[in-house]
Amino acid sequence: MSVDPIAASPVAHSRDGRQFAGVFLALLALLIVAPFVAYPYFVMQALCFALFACAFNLLIGYVGLLSFGHAMFLGLASYVCAHAAKVWGFDPALAILAGVACAGVLGLVAGVLAIRSQGIYFAMITVALSQMIYFFCLEAPFTHGEDGIQGVPQGRLFGLIDLSQTATLYVFVAAIFLFGFLAIYRTVNSPFGEVLKAIRENELRAVSLGYRVARYKLVAFVLSAALAGLAGATKAIVLQNASLTDVGFGTSGEVVLMTLVGGMGTLYGPVVGAVIVVAMQNYLAEYGEWVTAIQGAVFVACVLMFRRGVVGEIANALKWTSL
Amino acid sequence: MLFGHAITAQQLFGQLLIGLINGSFYAMLSLGLAVIFGMLNIVNFAHGALYMLGAFGAYFALHLFGLNYWWALIVSPIAVGFFGALIERTMLTRLRGLNPLYGLLLTFGLALVIQGLFQNFYGASGMPYAIPPQLAGVRNLGFMYLPNYRAWVIVFSAVICFATWFAIEKTRLGAYLRAATENPTMVRAFGVNVPLLITATYGFGVALAALAGVLAAPITQVRPGMGADILAVVFAVVVIGGMGSILGSIVTGFTLGVVEGLTKVFYPEASNTVVFVIMAIVLLIKPAGLFGRTA
Repeated sequence: MSVDPIAASPVAHSRDGRQFAGVFLALLALLIVAPFVAYPYFVMQALCFALFACAFNLLIGYVGLLSFGHAMFLGLASYVCAHAAKVWGFDPALAILAGVACAGVLGLVAGVLAIRSQGIYFAMITVALSQMIYFFCLEAPFTHGEDGIQGVPQGRLFGLIDLSQTATLYVFVAAIFLFGFLAIYRTVNSPFGEVLKAIRENELRAVSLGYRVARYKLVAFVLSAALAGLAGATKAIVLQNASLTDVGFGTSGEVVLMTLVGGMGTLYGPVVGAVIVVAMQNYLAEYGEWVTAIQGAVFVACVLMFRRGVVGEIANALKWTSL
Repeated sequence: MLFGHAITAQQLFGQLLIGLINGSFYAMLSLGLAVIFGMLNIVNFAHGALYMLGAFGAYFALHLFGLNYWWALIVSPIAVGFFGALIERTMLTRLRGLNPLYGLLLTFGLALVIQGLFQNFYGASGMPYAIPPQLAGVRNLGFMYLPNYRAWVIVFSAVICFATWFAIEKTRLGAYLRAATENPTMVRAFGVNVPLLITATYGFGVALAALAGVLAAPITQVRPGMGADILAVVFAVVVIGGMGSILGSIVTGFTLGVVEGLTKVFYPEASNTVVFVIMAIVLLIKPAGLFGRTA
């Protein structure tokens, strides 16, 4: 049997609600325990990337579109949020919203250009578009080129809550993550999500059933871009900077790796994958460029032997479909 | 002046020349991508890394084996081509029948491995590679100075591109290749060894990338990051030209190199992005690309 999660990841049924509730409670418990066990800033960074990977997975896992330029949404939102918070003195929530809005608009433009093409073509177009945004960020004056935007104030949420307190910031970031995660869960398990899965399974049949496939894809793309932007903007507040790394090709590849390792088309896969990849980067940081080579090797191993990813394999073993 | 600064003829022709040089690399790389795509139906994300490997091949040939540029021109593409064939036989072949996106993911992973290893051992900076003595020197054309090596690169890559086009479109082997692209099962039934043809095609496409790498070595220096930098532009070139077309990728490659060079003269701020902007416009008007048949 060939294992191909892009072609057929589990379709959720309503009876899976209890399974979902159980696993979701476990996730909540983990979120509460995590900052006491691990370094809180590490957890927050992992949560930002987890949200980023979930947004990416919405496309590859549920529509079958492989975007190889998702860093453009993460990076642009990160820059806009950092600029709004630092130079314009926006409230952190408002700065993040500004970042999300820009990522959404960019998603609309990129989506209109890319959505008419499929598969490999779509992937190449997203690579090229994100490279264009990279050069824009390199040369635009407000991004400060190679230096990036440093010393972004974390500020006071709604003018009241001081986000420079680690505990407060953690709750804030965890809430944003949960919001994004549940938004994706809700999308995937809605009638809209069912149409997306139908497009993934057989686009021509979806067209012949009368669905305006291009519109569904575009809405999914914009949603994914905006959520990736939410991750990027939040990251700018957490790490207090925005840099070219966030908008570069490497980051686009990393989010693919996270999703692949965790399990494409699974709800929790991208979260698990993001934690694994971010942890790998942190622990292997001292080995310099070996990290790139190791990431590549993990990529190759996953594609050749392990296409369901961690969560996909577990879900398959347990015959659970709601993971 | 139109854009506020004086443009001398020397400057204009100089940038045109650089554009043609870059264009010949774009053409050779996108040609290799098109050949591989036609046969294997995958986008080779490792193409940039193998281009870099070609340049390093020339460097190693000189410093480890004492082989000069002319030997490197032959040895490096062959070595990288065999390396590519090995990749195809051991890994890509296992993904046949799956969604082609897995081929893309696999080659991307390979690119990371190759690039990571070279960056680890050679750092991010470039290593010089001398222009062969036979091609050193500069020719005065009256309106500009033409370095001999650059003229050689343009002429040589144009010849290689033409030869590849000829081999695929006009020879018996090319006919097998095109037939196997259309219907591999049928061609196999006629007694053609299709798996071997596929391996050879991947090896050949990769060898083209390595050859471009050897040609680039004296111009851009030998640098681990050189492939990653050029890959996105080459993708844009392929999208503009249209995936299925051999001739399209050659013409588009050279043309976009020139356009990029001209942009450097008239509006330097946009020179990095002009290819991508053109891609966006082409996608809006003709989603299948200028020479493509289907999207």
